[in-house]
Amino acid sequence: MSKERIQISEDLYDIMPPDYQDLVKSATYGKEDRGWKDIGTSKELIEQHSLCAGCPESMAFRYILASLPNPEDTVMVGSTGCTSLVFPMVAVHNIHSLFGNQNAIASGLKRALSVRFPGRVKDVVVLAGDGATVDIGLDMTLQAWFRQEKFTTICFDNELYANTGGQESGLMQKGFVAKMAPVGKLFDKVRLPEIARESGCHYVINCTVSKPSLVEKVIRNAVHIAREIGPTYLQLYTPCILEIGKNSMEGLQEMRDSEKPTERFAYKEYISEPAKQLLAELAAKDKERKAAAKQLAGQASA
Amino acid sequence: MADIHSVIGTKNKKGQTYTDTWKLMNEAPRTPSFFTGSEVIKEALRRASCDVMIAYPITPQSEAAALIGELFAEGYIGDYFRGESEFAVMSQCAGAAFGGARVFTTTAGPGTMRAMENFPMWSGARLPIQMIVTCRGINSPLSIQPDTLEIAYLLNTGMLVWHAETAQDFFDWILKGYMVSEEPDVHLPLALCCDGFFVTHTKDVVNLTPADMCLPPYDPYRSPVPCMDMECPPVRMMRDPFVMKSNYISYATHASWQQEIWAAVERSRKHSIHWLNGLIDTENTDAEIIIVASGTAVSQGREAIRLLEDEGVRCGLVKVKTLRPWPEEEIREATKNAKHIFVPEFNVTGWLAKEIKATIPNHERVHAGPHVCGGMTMPPEIIVSEIKTALGMKTFSLAGRGS
Repeated sequence: MSKERIQISEDLYDIMPPDYQDLVKSATYGKEDRGWKDIGTSKELIEQHSLCAGCPESMAFRYILASLPNPEDTVMVGSTGCTSLVFPMVAVHNIHSLFGNQNAIASGLKRALSVRFPGRVKDVVVLAGDGATVDIGLDMTLQAWFRQEKFTTICFDNELYANTGGQESGLMQKGFVAKMAPVGKLFDKVRLPEIARESGCHYVINCTVSKPSLVEKVIRNAVHIAREIGPTYLQLYTPCILEIGKNSMEGLQEMRDSEKPTERFAYKEYISEPAKQLLAELAAKDKERKAAAKQLAGQASA
Repeated sequence: MADIHSVIGTKNKKGQTYTDTWKLMNEAPRTPSFFTGSEVIKEALRRASCDVMIAYPITPQSEAAALIGELFAEGYIGDYFRGESEFAVMSQCAGAAFGGARVFTTTAGPGTMRAMENFPMWSGARLPIQMIVTCRGINSPLSIQPDTLEIAYLLNTGMLVWHAETAQDFFDWILKGYMVSEEPDVHLPLALCCDGFFVTHTKDVVNLTPADMCLPPYDPYRSPVPCMDMECPPVRMMRDPFVMKSNYISYATHASWQQEIWAAVERSRKHSIHWLNGLIDTENTDAEIIIVASGTAVSQGREAIRLLEDEGVRCGLVKVKTLRPWPEEEIREATKNAKHIFVPEFNVTGWLAKEIKATIPNHERVHAGPHVCGGMTMPPEIIVSEIKTALGMKTFSLAGRGS
């Protein structure tokens, strides 16, 4: 979809919601170097949301949507949970169908788009919680990776079932006392990033969303690698402040505390050889583009 | 955006000519061919301009699903792969249909049950996926034998549910099914059921349309809901997501959405009548005794009627072709003269008899049976015996029945 597609007929302009008018006027569809810095100066692809005040997931959502390299041709797939409260207000096509089947939906979707639009880029990005990704949907998460399906899987890891009220999940830490873990969780946090690597993902990142520039980088990398090479996986810590007993303003500190080198969300990455090569090529192209722009700017001022 | 009229008469990459479906089904020459039901499914798919087929092995549909893989290898299907379970497969089908593809899959018995959560989602999302259900037992202990109990579970999913009697039905209805499913005022998935083994694994003469003619492609932009391909504006669907809210607007939205699905099932009626030449077929409905059946029970009923005629008992027949939409008026009309209505079924609960009882006046006329299940065959003689017993006529003893 090009930006022209969302233009509004002049006769209908005044009856369109202001939100949509803004999308046409100042959203970043088609902007090549879009990123988190557009937040505040352009129309975001996420309107209001009904997440809790200070929810780190809402920050993550905004950074991700600002960082998608190609939102005008990106379809997102969600699952049941807090994310499904946000997706209806996101200005890229997105699918919610059932709980846990997101990677199966994305597999069919990506293949359909490849059949229907040969030679055109259509990115597919899955965004689901840890219950959907690791517990009820683990089978389909892994099988999509085994099959080398070319889309990105993002897991919002808040280490519990937030939307249903704070029950134990597979990504919860051992010993944490929660609903359905009345004496504390009895087994370790599932090591999905390692499993992702062994399952054939070409780019695996484990981190928090405390730094928007980092989120931008890993999202761009993950989408480009998935487009060209194969499956990619991002596990992002988005703590549920409500369920771990924090206040609205404490989410950021919780993430900073959890990303220290000895903590469970210390930045970890795995990049396959073909993916490294692709990233190097993309970096070289980016450098070239910037140099050309600089030269052009120099000529203009001379 | 594809305009389906513009492609009629042009050729696809396999050299098949996109043909007006009415002409293809009703005017194009037919070639008699001797095929198994599974092979017939493959031949229908060859002509269906299908974009994505997703397969999973389960008896008795595995052969058909694998044969369609051969079609993919030959280039007749856009994409094809084996999923990891029926639940996943039906979600993969949904993903492909959300993305604007014409989608096909097959399943059976426990697979249907495993995938069940997907079916109301398919109809709720208005995805015109076609799913072949080659019915088999779903009970424990494990059975792979023919048994139609699973159809009962499909009846309230919001899907269209048709029940084929023969391989010829199958061939025609797969192609016609897409035409009904994909109508903008319908746009619902179709469960095209048959009795496993009896139809899939037996050979029959089937009249095939020419292999070099195929259906016009699916146009996802005729869908009543947006196709998820970012080719049309990404309208924010809801200002305030009603998904889990507890307020009247939320309830009213969900309620009207469900009502709309069932209204679409109703609207499929006129299209189904057009393509299938009626929702039921009838023979001699002026008789006092009528057999009403669906699937291969119709064939057995027809044989029973022949046997009864030899004994001077006249009996009519109603073949129920569509279970959703349910041919309520048609069945009421066809059975209005009947004093006795017999409903032979290949399942233990008799779901078809229950549907009929809920449809017609004076439902004490309905004799729910005979029933066979767990893979048993239904010799016409037991239908004859059931009818004669009910009429107070003398009947021979069937071995093992203890009468």
